[in-house]
Amino acid sequence: MDDRRVGVYVCHCGHNIAGTVDVEQVAEWAQRLPYVAVARHFQFMCASTGQELIEEDVRELGLTHVVVASCSPLMHEKTFRNACQRAGLNPFLFAMANIREHASWVHPNDRDGATAKAKALISAAVSRVLRQNELEPIRVNIHPATLIVGGGIAGIQAALEIADAGHHVYLVEREPSIGGHMAMFDKTFPTLDCAACILTPKMFDVGTHPNVTLLTYSEVENVEGFVGNFQIRVRQKARRVIEDLCTGCGTCWEKCPIKVIDEVFEAGLGYRKAIYRPFPQSVPKYPVIDVENCTYFRTGKCRMCEKSCPAGAIDFDMEDRIIEFEVGNIILATGYKLFDCRRIPQYGYGRLPNVYTSLEFERLTNAAGPTGGKVTLRDGETEPKSVAIIHCVGSRDRNYNRYCSAICCMSSLKFAHLVKEKTGAEVYNFYIDMRPIAKEYEEFYHRILEEGTHFIRGRVAEITDAAHTAEEEGKTIVVAEDTLLGRQRRIPVDMVILAAGLEPQADAAEIGRMFGVGCGTAGFFTERHPKLDPVATMTEGVYIAGACQGPKDIPDTVAQGAAAAARVLGVISQREVTLEPIRASIDESRCSGCRICNALCPYNAIEYLEAEGVSRVNAAMCKGCGTCVAACPSHVITGAHFTFEQVMAEIDGIMVDVYSESPTAPLAEIMA
Amino acid sequence: MSDNRSFKPVIVGFLCNWCSYRAADLAGTSRVGYPATLRDIRIMCTGRLDPTFVLRALQRGADGVLIMGCHPGQCHYQEGNYKAIRRVALLKRMLKQFGIDERRVQLHWASAAQGVLFTETVSKMTQELQALGPLDWPHNWPNEDPYVYTLPKTKQEAAHEQQT
Ligand SMILES: Cc1cc2nc3c(=O)[nH]c(=O)nc-3n(C[C@H](O)[C@H](O)[C@H](O)COP(=O)(O)OP(=O)(O)OC[C@H]3O[C@@H](n4cnc5c(N)ncnc54)[C@H](O)[C@@H]3O)c2cc1C
Ligand code: SF4
Ligand code: SF4
Ligand code: FES
Repeated sequence: MDDRRVGVYVCHCGHNIAGTVDVEQVAEWAQRLPYVAVARHFQFMCASTGQELIEEDVRELGLTHVVVASCSPLMHEKTFRNACQRAGLNPFLFAMANIREHASWVHPNDRDGATAKAKALISAAVSRVLRQNELEPIRVNIHPATLIVGGGIAGIQAALEIADAGHHVYLVEREPSIGGHMAMFDKTFPTLDCAACILTPKMFDVGTHPNVTLLTYSEVENVEGFVGNFQIRVRQKARRVIEDLCTGCGTCWEKCPIKVIDEVFEAGLGYRKAIYRPFPQSVPKYPVIDVENCTYFRTGKCRMCEKSCPAGAIDFDMEDRIIEFEVGNIILATGYKLFDCRRIPQYGYGRLPNVYTSLEFERLTNAAGPTGGKVTLRDGETEPKSVAIIHCVGSRDRNYNRYCSAICCMSSLKFAHLVKEKTGAEVYNFYIDMRPIAKEYEEFYHRILEEGTHFIRGRVAEITDAAHTAEEEGKTIVVAEDTLLGRQRRIPVDMVILAAGLEPQADAAEIGRMFGVGCGTAGFFTERHPKLDPVATMTEGVYIAGACQGPKDIPDTVAQGAAAAARVLGVISQREVTLEPIRASIDESRCSGCRICNALCPYNAIEYLEAEGVSRVNAAMCKGCGTCVAACPSHVITGAHFTFEQVMAEIDGIMVDVYSESPTAPLAEIMA
Repeated sequence: MSDNRSFKPVIVGFLCNWCSYRAADLAGTSRVGYPATLRDIRIMCTGRLDPTFVLRALQRGADGVLIMGCHPGQCHYQEGNYKAIRRVALLKRMLKQFGIDERRVQLHWASAAQGVLFTETVSKMTQELQALGPLDWPHNWPNEDPYVYTLPKTKQEAAHEQQT
């Protein structure tokens, strides 16, 4: 045996590992593996004392390789690599055995099995680490610009933070204006301040900021590259209005003869024209032509807008524009979509005229909305005398979404207040549990209680127009079990508001895939760590903020927008990042020039050198997937850190006889 | 093969870093149990799976090999899993000729959110291997086996040998 000396550290993780795996026995057993100079077990390896233990041993015992058996490498590989580095050991001479997520936590009732598995995984790590080589991380410069996808309040906040700090932002929004859902609201809980008053100044700032390139009516089409150097391709849909000429005067949409139901901004309650801007404070102020409804595009005649525009800004022939640029970091702030209430047929939405969704009610009560802020029934005149507000529609329900949408209790309380204020109607809130959990929310709840709103605890079974009594005639009847009184109740009302839950955007999975971000069970983007890293993702350089990460209110959304911006600014100020040196390389002296690998690389990173008759990997383009490594018939491509020898050694190590008292004998032969 | 349930097969797993390894982690963090039959190895992508790895695992005594990656269309490197589909199909055809049952080498998918699916896959494969019984491949090889691949010596080993 040569002078390689491995240190093995088995972590208890408190009870998390030691409660199931016999850590003492495992450490003792590992001590007998070939080349192992020291094997210890310790309470918490990731704590500073644990890391110091490694550092001391490297210095004092002259360890040449280190193995830690603890949690997932996705959790702490970096931590321990850094400890090695501090002790003067190349961080790539370290390997990890995952005996928590992959052993103790999944085999809680099989102590022997979990212990045996821990041994096998440690033996694999030792066998592998002996063949690992020193590697130097790759350093790349960071492009100082940032891409933000989604111009709701999350994207707006993040954009302003970064732009104010002096760095460039590309803000891509797919609608004709930024603003997101917040722009649709009249008042915001719990303070009831006017949404437009607090949002529009921010929108204006984004629209005029010298450091912001605002790309509305646009979507990202392609993303390539990695942290520090992403190449972005955006498609800006043709507005058919020349922004440089348009003054936003509004003559065109006044003259346009075509009225269209506005399903997006007015939630289907109001109309817009075929040339329109979603709302008066839209940023940017330029309208767009909706070609599907425009008479000219449908029949070849009309051109009213063109004739009426004093600036000559209409351009029917405008085409989609492809815009390409580079950024160093990306923030996804794509928000949510509302649960489709038609999915619960017994609630009658779409069938019973006076059943509204929460977003419809937001527009109904909005001073700039279709009724000028008057709360009326569908006939547009009658004021309701009684209103039922149903909480948790599509949320906390195993048939639809199991999760709590977090904002519906509060928005329902807000609606109760607005209805009372505007109409004096009797209000009935049907709730399952009241969850006003943030600052000043409980106080808001009490305020609404004092205003005389009736609270009925119980999930609504049905909403119907089938009257049982004369009193119910012509009303919308809400049928629910009052779980506090323990009996069925039928409450006839004039209007019902369904507090629909928040759902991931319909294309969340697709967008996630494009940016390398996963979606959890409910379909929202997955953060790097649910507690300690809420705005980062598993892909370096890609962050998430706002309701795209999970249902949340505006204060939390703004906090995340700012947090994501701070993370991006932190990366920008480092000027360069280090990347894992997991890359392929070809031993050109042994390459036969068969070119099999050329076509296999998904990133076209392998070029064929005609003159030399061999292939070569462009390290800057290679992402280290290893496809070429597995395919080369001459076995001359090396995948750094996942070499043939390393993986074969890992297999040999993992197949150790874990029940043998002396693993040394057969293993020594294998490992040597 | 008389008492199948007491037979604890050894499955060597090859899990890709981006989906299935994370699914296995998620099974852990959500405390969803499965039999302690799997011993897993992390590779960056199923596209890295050299068929030799599978043969090596069987040759060293594994009763089965489970390869898991991202769902088709979701590979972190775009299409590594499609390469794996083809390679595993070819490998299986060859293994069949060696008399090795198809079920001993399996390729499955699990996204990072499918911790439960991951555990179900391991449990199901464990049951199938219990029904098949041990493979015991090492014993099928002649004592002095010319096919055993000997690892090339590392730099340190070579240097050490030269010294002595
Ligand atoms: C009825 C109702 C009332 C509410 N009332 C309140 C309240 O009073 N107080 C409060 O604090 N919270 C309230 N909320 C919650 C509030 O709406 C959210 O907290 C907030 O809107 C989240 O902001 P966001 O920027 O994350 O998402 P969003 O507002 O959804 O914005 C996302 C933006 O991204 C754009 N986008 C999406 N996908 C893409 C893509 N692929 N490419 C480009 N752009 C894209 C969208 O067009 C949109 O502009 C309410 C919610 C509802 C449903
Ligand atoms: S597959 Fe191997 S031998 Fe063929 S060109 Fe590529 S590196 Fe050279
Ligand atoms: S490892 Fe993957 S990305 Fe790198 S050259 Fe080979 S095939 Fe291309
Ligand atoms: S990264 Fe999972 S299969 Fe390619």
